[in-house]
Amino acid sequence: MGLIKIALAGEGGQGVQSIAEILAEAAYEEQKQAIYIPNFGVEQRGGVSIAFLQVSEERIGAPKFNKADVVIALSKRAVPRTARYSDENTIFVYDSSFTPEEEELPKEAKKIIGLPALDTASRELHPRVFNMIIMGAVIGFTGIVSLGSAKYALEKKLGAKFEKDPKLRELNHKALEIGWNMAQEALKEEVAK
Amino acid sequence: MVLPATPKSWYLPTKPHKFCPGCGHGIVLKALGEAIDELGIQDKTVFGCDIGCSLLSWNFFACDSIQTHHGRTTPVMVGIKRARPELITIGYMGDGGGYSIGSQHLLNAAVRNEKITVILVNNTNYGMTGGQMAPTTLPGQKTETTPYGRDPEITGYPTKGPEFVAALTSDGAYVARGTVSKYKQLKRFIKNALQNQIEGNGFSFVEALSTCPTNWRTNAQQTWSFLEDEMEKYFPVGEFKSPLGKGEK
Amino acid sequence: MQKVIEKAGKAFLTGNEAAAWAALAAGAEIMFGYPITPQNEIMHYWTRLAPKYGRGFLQTEDEISAGFTVCGAVQAGKKAFTATAGPGNTLMQEPFSMAEAMRLPLVAIIQQRGGPSSGTVIYSQQEVTLTTFGGNGEGHRIVYSTASHQEIYDYVIKAFNTAWKYRFPTFVLGDGYQAKMREPLVMYDPEEKGMEMVKPYPLVGLEGKIGEGREPQHLCNIYSMEEELYEVVMKFAAEYEAIAPEVVEYEEKNCDDAEILILAHGVVSRAADDAVKALRAQGIKAGYFRPITLRPFPGRQLREVIAKSGAKKMLIAESAYGQFDRLVKQEIYGETIPIYNLFMPGVGIIDYDIVNKVKSIL
Repeated sequence: MGLIKIALAGEGGQGVQSIAEILAEAAYEEQKQAIYIPNFGVEQRGGVSIAFLQVSEERIGAPKFNKADVVIALSKRAVPRTARYSDENTIFVYDSSFTPEEEELPKEAKKIIGLPALDTASRELHPRVFNMIIMGAVIGFTGIVSLGSAKYALEKKLGAKFEKDPKLRELNHKALEIGWNMAQEALKEEVAK
Repeated sequence: MVLPATPKSWYLPTKPHKFCPGCGHGIVLKALGEAIDELGIQDKTVFGCDIGCSLLSWNFFACDSIQTHHGRTTPVMVGIKRARPELITIGYMGDGGGYSIGSQHLLNAAVRNEKITVILVNNTNYGMTGGQMAPTTLPGQKTETTPYGRDPEITGYPTKGPEFVAALTSDGAYVARGTVSKYKQLKRFIKNALQNQIEGNGFSFVEALSTCPTNWRTNAQQTWSFLEDEMEKYFPVGEFKSPLGKGEK
Repeated sequence: MQKVIEKAGKAFLTGNEAAAWAALAAGAEIMFGYPITPQNEIMHYWTRLAPKYGRGFLQTEDEISAGFTVCGAVQAGKKAFTATAGPGNTLMQEPFSMAEAMRLPLVAIIQQRGGPSSGTVIYSQQEVTLTTFGGNGEGHRIVYSTASHQEIYDYVIKAFNTAWKYRFPTFVLGDGYQAKMREPLVMYDPEEKGMEMVKPYPLVGLEGKIGEGREPQHLCNIYSMEEELYEVVMKFAAEYEAIAPEVVEYEEKNCDDAEILILAHGVVSRAADDAVKALRAQGIKAGYFRPITLRPFPGRQLREVIAKSGAKKMLIAESAYGQFDRLVKQEIYGETIPIYNLFMPGVGIIDYDIVNKVKSIL
């Protein structure tokens, strides 16, 4: 595995920083090199929050990058904020619960995918695990870590909560798997074209 | 000639001191020296002095002493006390250092009830820099920056330090205002302020009303009259707060 | 003092967290601080960890006070430190000047943010001038510019030793990226590793009775005569220059046959390192030089690199508009190698930016 660069963006509270942090932790557990850096503004909660994640087998250089392998935009206004990180090698993903403005989508991308993460979470699981579907999808698109490592890292972060409510663990794991499958399907579609 | 007895804690190689004739600093420092002697704290005292005339007290005592920056004596003393609570820390400053440039430090040290002692000399002007208006300059008083007299419409009224310190501090604080015209009382206040630190009760603060004939451009009689008739009228003398028994007004 | 790290081991942390652990491991006894992004988490971790190891903390009313309380605490003989950024660093120049003037072993961690003024809360390398030569002094300070979490950990520990050994205020210069990002490092107990930790000692509040075995300590910070001050500053300058060779640290890669030398410091040196690899892969002989100490500066070593490589060009890359560039140029005065620059004030620099710049000047 070479260097993989991921940018995740969403509204404050959507959990993009948590996703990046857990994935970084999972990569670290797999003895990989990982750098996660939040793009922090002056706002504590409001505004678009961006997480930059890089995972590699080798030492990682600069903590930021200008083009990502995968960009994920979870809100409408996250789209124009992240379009700049996309080039002809980038998979640009947005949540299909909103319709991005055509002119705000990246000019260059390997593929632009609308992922029904929020919709699926609400219909099949619980809206709260929406970000776990996204995390599963990131893994599905990039293969930066195994689903097992992600679950392990998740356990480290939310283990106490899971102990109190084992159903919550099940729900999260299921969401991860759904997200992973969604990504796999989306990639297959590309091949089919 | 028989010289008056000097406190044991005075550092004799630096005497006679460098204050102007008629300046009240020497009286405050004598009261402080005697208080240090009587409490037996010379060896564990750290004396910090501000910039301004109070700076001339730097090597005044045979105590460990530090020069700091203008207004910054309070935080330096806080740092020492927090690092070594067994030491007795005395911050010595003027009205400019305490009430103007260092007011945020004085205010917050008071709010936190830092267990240090601050002695602030109020002579209603910036002495060392040549007699400019201080936060304590009285209404109508002429200084180099208020040549026509201080106009409260433009620069507000004089800062009443012990009053604001008393309002900000919580239980355990000691707050008093003395004057060099009432030596025994001033010494008692200073001693109380040190005793309060020794007991670890809280922030201890004494303002000492003092004289500055050089910048006031007054003769001996006028000097004393300004202190007793003008300043003491505006700045009431007494204890504002004391955990050491009943406060004295 | 209780051991903080029982057994050396890998950890995956933010730079701020690494800094707090390092200060603990170095035996720092008290921190004074005031909130400012992006250094806040140093205080957050410190306030959580410190009570477990009997260490102190005070949140002061402002950065001026944080700096001066550190001055007081080190004078009282305790390993004390603070951390700040941007406008906080501006305010702390006053106490830093006092530390310079009184030779106080003050340690400060600076996590640079964008400037001037409040700038951004994110990242920059725009506090180089301030940290190396700020205040109304002569830059008699020691400044380590780190590039990784391992270095943050290593140099925060080292900073306490440097400060207490040489009695010059010592700075660890990081930035918002290093503060906030997570990456792996190894944490260890310095003494287990064979490092001797310099013991602190008081400058005031000494043991013993005054007049019977010891003299009162009168620590001076202002002089009546200009000649007195001159003597003091010249003495400090001579002492600073004397210790500089043993303090100076730098890193150099691929310089022997380099046609172009790339200079960077701090986190940008990671991009420079990668850029050299990328350029070499494309057949361009690039070399890399990075001062780790910005004060004292490895000027002699840089001159030697210029001489031995015979490089035709030099590129200086920094996330500021020439602060590092000025530092370099004053140190290599008289060298004739043409100098180019990549100034990106307040934004990150990646290898791609450097590679493109190199290609444009070759």
